[in-house]
Amino acid sequence: MRYSALSLLTKALGGNKGWSPAFRSPTPKPHYDVIIVGGGGHGLATAYYLSKVFGITNVAVLEKGYLGSGNIGRNTTIIRSNYLLPGNNPFYELSMKLWEGLEQDFNFNAMVSQRGIVNLFHSDGQRDAYTRRGNAMQLLGVGAELLDRDAVKTMLPFMDFDNARFPILGGLLHRRGGTVRHDAVAWGYARGADSHGVDIIQHCEVTGIRRENGKVTGVETSKGFIGCNRLALAAAGNSTVVADMAGLRLPIESHVLQAFVSEGLKPFIDCVVTFGAGHFYVSQSDKGGLVFGGDIDGYNSYAQRGNLATVEHVAEAGVAMIPSLSRVRVLRSWGGIMDMSMDGSPIIDRTHIDNLYLNAGWCYGGFKATPASGYCFAHLIARNAPHETARAFRLDRFETGRLIDEKGVGAQPNLH
Amino acid sequence: MASLITCPHCGPRPKEEFSIRSDASLTRPAPDADAETWHAYVYLRDNSRGRHREYWHHAAGCRRWLVVERDTQTHVVHSVTDAADATRTRGAA
Repeated sequence: MRYSALSLLTKALGGNKGWSPAFRSPTPKPHYDVIIVGGGGHGLATAYYLSKVFGITNVAVLEKGYLGSGNIGRNTTIIRSNYLLPGNNPFYELSMKLWEGLEQDFNFNAMVSQRGIVNLFHSDGQRDAYTRRGNAMQLLGVGAELLDRDAVKTMLPFMDFDNARFPILGGLLHRRGGTVRHDAVAWGYARGADSHGVDIIQHCEVTGIRRENGKVTGVETSKGFIGCNRLALAAAGNSTVVADMAGLRLPIESHVLQAFVSEGLKPFIDCVVTFGAGHFYVSQSDKGGLVFGGDIDGYNSYAQRGNLATVEHVAEAGVAMIPSLSRVRVLRSWGGIMDMSMDGSPIIDRTHIDNLYLNAGWCYGGFKATPASGYCFAHLIARNAPHETARAFRLDRFETGRLIDEKGVGAQPNLH
Repeated sequence: MASLITCPHCGPRPKEEFSIRSDASLTRPAPDADAETWHAYVYLRDNSRGRHREYWHHAAGCRRWLVVERDTQTHVVHSVTDAADATRTRGAA
């Protein structure tokens, strides 16, 4: 069923009784052309573009929990393409362009809101770094504006501009960045993929990968063996666990990242703001809650919950930036498991095992990449060749030295 | 994750006093080891779901390097030993 203002109206008049489920709950077939492990944003987007753009419709997405139970429903909903390095930026810009047309494309209201992102700077050195980043963004057609202190003050008057240690000197504005309702992204992609014939199988955990003569032939699951021609892994924080079933050791550590939402407030912050003197980023949801987050906790973790010390640190950074936050109450906090790669950039590549494809290493930047990740992964699976914007995301780049280290901190995942 | 780490030298101390330096189960290869071995040491990780050994530096305390053995699923801390002792034990074993 196509959603439209008319369909809303007719169904509303009929007491909202005639809605059909947005996607089916099929029993798995014995064999598929492509199996995608992981029904999160990236897995579902991959299935959607495989079936819609690349014409491969005999596809199953296997999700061990329920749809949207992983990182797609655990992030701070920010989308942006303000990257510096040439290996990254065209990819994230493709993602931004896909976000811009996404709702019309998959006929679902994902509340894409390009409300702008301001990265604050607090020193001359930081201004230079942001000027450089802004110039890179301009060259790649993303668009960027360097704001001085007064311009930032007009936009966001409630911040602590005269902080003795970290005065706000200005900011880099990325106007096309913003927020998207994250769980609607999962539902929209699931519905779109399902309408093109993809089977989305929830509560189906992959427990083994079957190989014959070195080639992957299928997966053992909690619902029995399912055969496939090609196996695509998009398991985010559990990438290591799934890849291990095929004997593949990854350049990835799993870490926990927390996010928070406050009680509902009147309209207060109309863009996304990031603090330059600590790791803190905040936006306000349409319900009024402030959605914010900070750094990962710093230790390896597969538990979807974090440490109070990090909560305190995030709150301190927030109050240092916006003093009036000190009396705001936090309503909820949650943790998600990040697949932190060794250079802070993702992997979309074939593996040395035939028929096995890998999409992993998103660190804590996976949400904004969802459309492009799905598109490029689908391209790789369908054509067996990387998409032009994702050529740099190779699995062997750690061996060849072609790292994409945006932050320049080296092979230490908890610093990326 | 427990908010307190029991340092063998300082006793129970808050987690914020430590900085974390990743996997303690790796063994540094010989300087002339081949590129593949070095690649595995620098970049590849077991990333275990369950028991995991990690280097923690007690930066705001005794400044000793420690090996913390934890469970990455439950966040239970099994043991904390001085890294020098841990290396000695491993060498003996």
